[in-house]
Amino acid sequence: MKSLNVSKAVTALMLAGLVLLPLYSYLSGNIFILTLFTRIVILALAAASLNLIMGFGGMMSFGHAAYLGIGGYAVGMLAQEGIGSGWIQFPVALAASATYALVIGALSLRTRGVYFIMITLAFAQMAYYVASGLARYGGDDGLTVYKRSDFSGLINLSNRTQFYYLCLGCLLGVIFLIWRIVNSRFGLVVQGLRSNEQRMQAIGFPAKRYQLVCFVISGTMCGLAGALLANNTDFVSPAVMYWTRSGDLMVMVILGGMGTLFGPVMGSVVYLLLEEFLSQITEYWALIMGPLLLLIVLFGRGGIMGLLGRIGRG
Amino acid sequence: MLLVVEQFLNGLQFGLLLFLLAAGLTLVFGIMDLVNLAHGSLYMMGAYFAATFAAWTGSFLLGALLALGATLVLGIVLEMSALRHLYGRDHLDHVLATFGLILFFNEAVRLIWGPAGLALPLPGWLTVPVPILPGIHYPAYRLAIIIVALLVALLLYLGVMRTRIGMLIRAGASNREMIGALGINIKLLYTLVFGLGAALAGLAGLMQAPILTVQIGMGENILILAFVIIVIGGIGSIRGAFLAAIFVGMIDTLGRAFLPNLLRQVLSGAAASTAAPALSSMLIYLLMAIVLVVRPEGLFPANRR
Repeated sequence: MKSLNVSKAVTALMLAGLVLLPLYSYLSGNIFILTLFTRIVILALAAASLNLIMGFGGMMSFGHAAYLGIGGYAVGMLAQEGIGSGWIQFPVALAASATYALVIGALSLRTRGVYFIMITLAFAQMAYYVASGLARYGGDDGLTVYKRSDFSGLINLSNRTQFYYLCLGCLLGVIFLIWRIVNSRFGLVVQGLRSNEQRMQAIGFPAKRYQLVCFVISGTMCGLAGALLANNTDFVSPAVMYWTRSGDLMVMVILGGMGTLFGPVMGSVVYLLLEEFLSQITEYWALIMGPLLLLIVLFGRGGIMGLLGRIGRG
Repeated sequence: MLLVVEQFLNGLQFGLLLFLLAAGLTLVFGIMDLVNLAHGSLYMMGAYFAATFAAWTGSFLLGALLALGATLVLGIVLEMSALRHLYGRDHLDHVLATFGLILFFNEAVRLIWGPAGLALPLPGWLTVPVPILPGIHYPAYRLAIIIVALLVALLLYLGVMRTRIGMLIRAGASNREMIGALGINIKLLYTLVFGLGAALAGLAGLMQAPILTVQIGMGENILILAFVIIVIGGIGSIRGAFLAAIFVGMIDTLGRAFLPNLLRQVLSGAAASTAAPALSSMLIYLLMAIVLVVRPEGLFPANRR
């Protein structure tokens, strides 16, 4: 019981920090920190979506960054064609990610284990090469989004604080949704499939159909992160879909604690802050980050959430 | 005709190079059940070592030999210091830990050799075109790669199929607990296999070095290709890796060479020349997707777990 309290307290503290961040930024005049955390919150959203299939569903997708790109390109391409309304851009981004996830999921779910990791990776690489070939939309060089999505009257995405809160709202909304899903009958079936697929099938659940729906939900959520990311950087390029980016997302999930509700957020905050912090000390920050990851894998089972749990039991 | 033969040989050469990389990867995966993303880093290290040693010694061959030894040692050190502790852990742990190693190696290379790439110049006798068929010449170095890689493939095959160590390796691949129980020093065996895999990756890297520039992150693209190959071939199967590597090398090379012209028949010139590079890069992933849809365990699954 006590263990729950420590991780709960730290989570609450982190959330309070995220909510109050613009206030700190305003008081201290530190604009950079708001920009940094907007990015962190968006990638935390992507990590949370990956966690839904990886942590709860046991589906190790190594191509999740593809949705970041698809969501981003949906916004960028529509903007390029003169359709600036967010009411069109965002639904299109979500629909495109969902469609991609449906096709990829249907094919990938025929395999399992390492093969699943590799096939999702391969499909993401395909998306990467498709984007590289889009000469009309910048090709290799990427596409500049000159105007952020227009939600006229409701919210102004060019306003740093408003945009930050939009991203944070999306993140919390997605986490709430994941919480509802995980505790629903549907979510319990998916988690049951993770533990013992054969048994679940024997009981009579159409395993693949449940997993596919979960896969599509996760991809759609990550597409939302992609649409936000394109607005944040005013730019989208094939590089967002490169496989090392999918690796980054995986790292965030595992670092924070796979299969926990707020673990991926924790992981994203720690990973990206660490990256920022180390890169300020030394240009060669990855020299420290790399072995650190290794140590986390070797000694930090269950990620930060697991660690907090152990401290609690202490 | 000339172009077809040349591209065919280029495809073969690239395929064999990919095989060297994939063989190490699939050995390590098949025997130790370790997903090693840092395999591409060993490929990169092989290239950097070769460029450095060749510059020091002034001899390409000596540099290559020293680089081969250096990657072998590096592989053994890596296995003993870090990867040894990952056996028996979740595949996801492997992915994460070796992802960390990629970061480390890329950065270490940047620190030691600087951000700019290196060049590994070829000695004169390897740059001359060699007549292979009447009227058809092929660069000596690419021919040398084909010969060396074929020799290594043969040695690897004989080594795994005909020697005692090979027997242990095969036994280890099908049942790890059993060969441990039979009193085989499984720790040492694993270290050796990993070292061998590292040396194969290093060999691929140092042979590719004179063709491409030696640069940071050069292992990452080709690592994915190697993964595609072992997945198509069936994880843990050397024979599968060999056939899949040749296949992928051919498709990739021939696609890049002939797809633009093929597309030009159906599309306008501009559209064809923009679509072709993307499409030819995608070809092998398409192939992999098709193979996995038809045979989810690859073409030649080594053993069922």
